[in-house]
Amino acid sequence: MGLTRRSFLKILAAGTAAAAAPLAGGGLVRRFRIRPGSPNLPAFVASRETPGTVVHLSGLPNSGGDVAVAYAAEPNTRTGPGEAGRRWVMVIDLARCDGCRECTRACTAMHFVPPGQEWIRVYEMKDHEEAAPYWFPRPCMQCDNAPCVKVCPVSAAWKREDGIVMQDTSRCIGCRFCIAACPYGARSFNWVEPPHTPEELAKPDDIEWNFRHRKGTTEKCIFCPGLIKQGKLPACADACPMGAIYFGDQVEDAVTNSQGETVRFSELIKENAGYRSLEELGTEPRVYYLPPRKRIYPAPPAEPEPATMGGHR
Amino acid sequence: MTPTVPDPHPEERPVLRPLQRTGWGFRLLVAALLAVIAAGAYAYVTQLRLGLGVTGLNNRVTWGIYITNFVFFIGVSHAGTLISAILRVTGAEWRRPITRMAEAITVFALMVGAPMVLIDMGRPERILSVFRYGRLQSPILWDVISITTYLTGSLLYLYLPLIPDMALLRDRLTEVPRWKRALYRALAAGWRGTPRQHAALERGISAMAIVIIPVAISVHTVVSWIFGMTLRAGWHSTIFGPYFVIGAIFSGIAAIITAMGAFRWVYGLGGFLTDRHFRNLGYLLLTFNLLYMYFTISEYLTIAYGAEVKDTTLVHALFYGAFSHVFWVMLIIGLVLPAVLTLIPHLAPIDLLRRVPALRPIPLGVGAAILGGVGATLHVRGVAYVNTTLGVHHDVVLVAAGVLGAAAFLALLPVLKQRPVASIVLASLLVNAGMWLKRYIIVVPSMALPITPTEWATYQPTWVEWSITAGAFATFILLYALFAKIFPLISLWEVREAKVPEPAPGARAQEVVA
Repeated sequence: MGLTRRSFLKILAAGTAAAAAPLAGGGLVRRFRIRPGSPNLPAFVASRETPGTVVHLSGLPNSGGDVAVAYAAEPNTRTGPGEAGRRWVMVIDLARCDGCRECTRACTAMHFVPPGQEWIRVYEMKDHEEAAPYWFPRPCMQCDNAPCVKVCPVSAAWKREDGIVMQDTSRCIGCRFCIAACPYGARSFNWVEPPHTPEELAKPDDIEWNFRHRKGTTEKCIFCPGLIKQGKLPACADACPMGAIYFGDQVEDAVTNSQGETVRFSELIKENAGYRSLEELGTEPRVYYLPPRKRIYPAPPAEPEPATMGGHR
Repeated sequence: MTPTVPDPHPEERPVLRPLQRTGWGFRLLVAALLAVIAAGAYAYVTQLRLGLGVTGLNNRVTWGIYITNFVFFIGVSHAGTLISAILRVTGAEWRRPITRMAEAITVFALMVGAPMVLIDMGRPERILSVFRYGRLQSPILWDVISITTYLTGSLLYLYLPLIPDMALLRDRLTEVPRWKRALYRALAAGWRGTPRQHAALERGISAMAIVIIPVAISVHTVVSWIFGMTLRAGWHSTIFGPYFVIGAIFSGIAAIITAMGAFRWVYGLGGFLTDRHFRNLGYLLLTFNLLYMYFTISEYLTIAYGAEVKDTTLVHALFYGAFSHVFWVMLIIGLVLPAVLTLIPHLAPIDLLRRVPALRPIPLGVGAAILGGVGATLHVRGVAYVNTTLGVHHDVVLVAAGVLGAAAFLALLPVLKQRPVASIVLASLLVNAGMWLKRYIIVVPSMALPITPTEWATYQPTWVEWSITAGAFATFILLYALFAKIFPLISLWEVREAKVPEPAPGARAQEVVA
């Protein structure tokens, strides 16, 4: 394909913008609904239904160099390389997060996450002494240059072409090198046999849902590929009552939140000074944050003493 | 050693005696070690049954004393082969009686150290996946390759110089049990000591000695890279490779000296393991002590001066925070005291300490008694007192205990000066303990560090971890003790070959490490 990524995105953006006019919403974030009347329908569902908008990624350079493709050299046959042509991305608007932890609860319920683990964890953050505290939900960053994938000795963690860092608990040997390598603390270990509820056992053992937790293996957030396949947002994004978590396809340049607001990803990041956590480490995360500026919700109460850990960004 | 034939080498009797008869002391030792190993095995079965949840590890501090033990034993394994190889290659003649013991340490330390990783694994039954699905990009694969190469090479390097001794025992120990004779005959591999056989053996040993040096260096380098390749503060450091190699040789020398001290004392091998050997290895120990201090200062000064937030957080925790007691104990017993002890024969002012009345046994004993009484009273009265007004006194007691300990050490110095071998062995024991703590300081604080902005994580090893650790040390000692019962600890043919004249007692060591 002779199309560069930039020109492709331009074409795609122009087309999407034309189709989605008129634009709604205020402030810096321009919001528009891709299909009025069907809230909660992520943008990527619409594009699935409109032939011609899905582009195969293999011919395109991606934002993080070509590491992602290189890491997918050993795809797991049980899942393959993921949905072709997609680059899943998440945007978390820290200005909207009020720390209610509905995302964590929804995630835990959906995946039957074993006790003691939080695959999306909400931290109380404070960047420096003078700064106001804010809430910081931390899912797995699905890094394009993932330290956990690099160190895994048996390919139990691997990078799919659609951007998701997968985890295979039936392959994991439990060395926990990935936990040591992850700078975000996004990985958890099943220290004991996880309690298996009848509901969990009723579900099929499926790596894309992360069901069937296994003693002595590592697990983490995987952007809910099972739900994406069904045309739904990941559990955390869907459950957020504030619409703070946007999810979508970077190739399509559109992300959607639980309020059914679909916005152009690149504009959302550009206009709100979006950033990625620990950018300087070069992990190329697929989760973006919008700074907690002009929080709609009052700062959380100061208890317990927020950890001052400057330079988290 | 048949009684009818006159013994041409009576000086070798102490070496052969342990192979011929077994005393009660040995049986007691083996029984005690087996008991400790059984407790460790029980702990491991518990861990297999219930999962790693029985350890103090958690999602933040996911590596603890198992990995500490792993790094420690792999470090000790450097003792042998590397030091023996360097001394062989450089033609240091005095090495001859100590090479066997050194090489054996390597093999046993690897045999105990490598399985520590297996014990740390959540799914040990999947270990073969490392070969089936192994990814060369993972430093774990580097370790697997490097350590298996080192173990194979070290076994070969231990075995080659054993061959002539095996033939010697085959011909000489005729009254030992049948299985032992069969073993010696098999291991002697038809050795008759012909010039052709000698030439081939020498060639093999020389080749192995040269090959094993880079392998040994690679082993501890890749062990360090397990940590160095991550992005964590305190681990992500370019000097980690050489830092670990120096630390490994340092603790390796200490392990050899400890083993030499133990065997000289138990088996009366003073005729082979002379004061000179301890003195020379003591100088080597001091050299690596200073090198290790240099690396330690480089590492901490660089990260502290730069003052990046995470580095500073770590350095503060080590210097006066949550890990400060382990850190300072490590520095004092692992580096400072051993340096003093190895230098003791050269420290003239030490004799002046005899004249200090406070350092006599009676005042020290009285001081200890008073301190013990006060401490016990505080302890009995409970935490409530300590937390209020007596809290101050609690600190005073701690400081007083420190002062008393220092005084006892000072009082011991003139005594040790009269016993240079004892002081070097003591230094080595301290280095071993200190280097274990140092590995703990490397592994745990970097993981406990708040990576995402949350509080420090905590880690408290449980009885399972301590039992398994004790079992690992007991296994190491047991393997070595059994080795000493089957194989001569001194390479007899190499010693015979050299017959290096021993310098007169009191002669100063001009012949430092070759």
